[in-house]
Amino acid sequence: MDLIMKPWPWYIGGLLVAIVMLSLILVGKNFGFSSNFRVMCSALGAGKYSSFFNFNWKSQRWNLLFLFGSILGGFISKYALSDGQSPAISSETVAQLHDLGFYSAGNSYYPVELFDNLSTYNVILLAIGGLLIGFGTRYAGGCTSGHAISGLSDLQLPSLIAVIGFFIGGLIMTHVLFPFIF
Amino acid sequence: MRNLTYIFLGIIFGVAMYKAEAASWFRIYEMFNFQSIHMFGFIGTALLIGLIGVQWIKRTHKKDIDGHAIQIAPKEKSIARYLFGGVLFGLGWALVGACPGPIFVLLGAGLVPMIIVIVFALIGTFLYGILKDYLPH
Repeated sequence: MDLIMKPWPWYIGGLLVAIVMLSLILVGKNFGFSSNFRVMCSALGAGKYSSFFNFNWKSQRWNLLFLFGSILGGFISKYALSDGQSPAISSETVAQLHDLGFYSAGNSYYPVELFDNLSTYNVILLAIGGLLIGFGTRYAGGCTSGHAISGLSDLQLPSLIAVIGFFIGGLIMTHVLFPFIF
Repeated sequence: MRNLTYIFLGIIFGVAMYKAEAASWFRIYEMFNFQSIHMFGFIGTALLIGLIGVQWIKRTHKKDIDGHAIQIAPKEKSIARYLFGGVLFGLGWALVGACPGPIFVLLGAGLVPMIIVIVFALIGTFLYGILKDYLPH
């Protein structure tokens, strides 16, 4: 029980995600989380404005159920399978984050400076992040699940290009933009 | 029954992402600083097992649960859309510290401000739908 309540090692996480992806393939579906944003737009009536949203979104109901399950998974993890888990990130990372003003680094699951203080500035940051994620995943045709896990597992070159793009973007944000933002 | 399967797989996914910390902003920041094996090991393990599984499914011409041949559609050839779209997503991934899955996992874990990210991700997706014909693909 203690093992379950403690943080799980990365290889268990990776193993479980691979099992989830393969299970979805075996039930005739494909692992791609960000598609849900398109499905939701369609369900909300975006088909009136762009043919991109004109499809039978109900055929993707399974993915919305998967999404619902992932919300439950987060809830269960936090409230039943852990007692205040905070990732043991490297001391180098902690020191760097302290310099950026993130004093919760090393003793919280998420940076409370960004998520618990809903200043106008933080709301704008989260909004910009959301826009980039929504726009970027659809433009690239997938996110980490669809490209980095499913696409690369199928040895798809487009997915490799997308993953290289993810890293270019992530490195620019972390190393070039963070010093200006935080 | 089938519906419960999707929900169950979602739960496993959510728990795996949360408990093994792929849903932590700090782990993503650490990854983009190359200061730990954690996230690379996570993605690498998923990829290695996924690769073996997918190749096995393809080589043995496995059928899915309904008896249909499993076909994994190849993604359309292009560089621009994957690169530009990928970079934009990567910027958002590092800023929010979560890719689309973990955004919802964290919402379930009580991180209510993720609703802001979700609403704007929907707006971003909508903008893509409106603008896609004007973008290089």
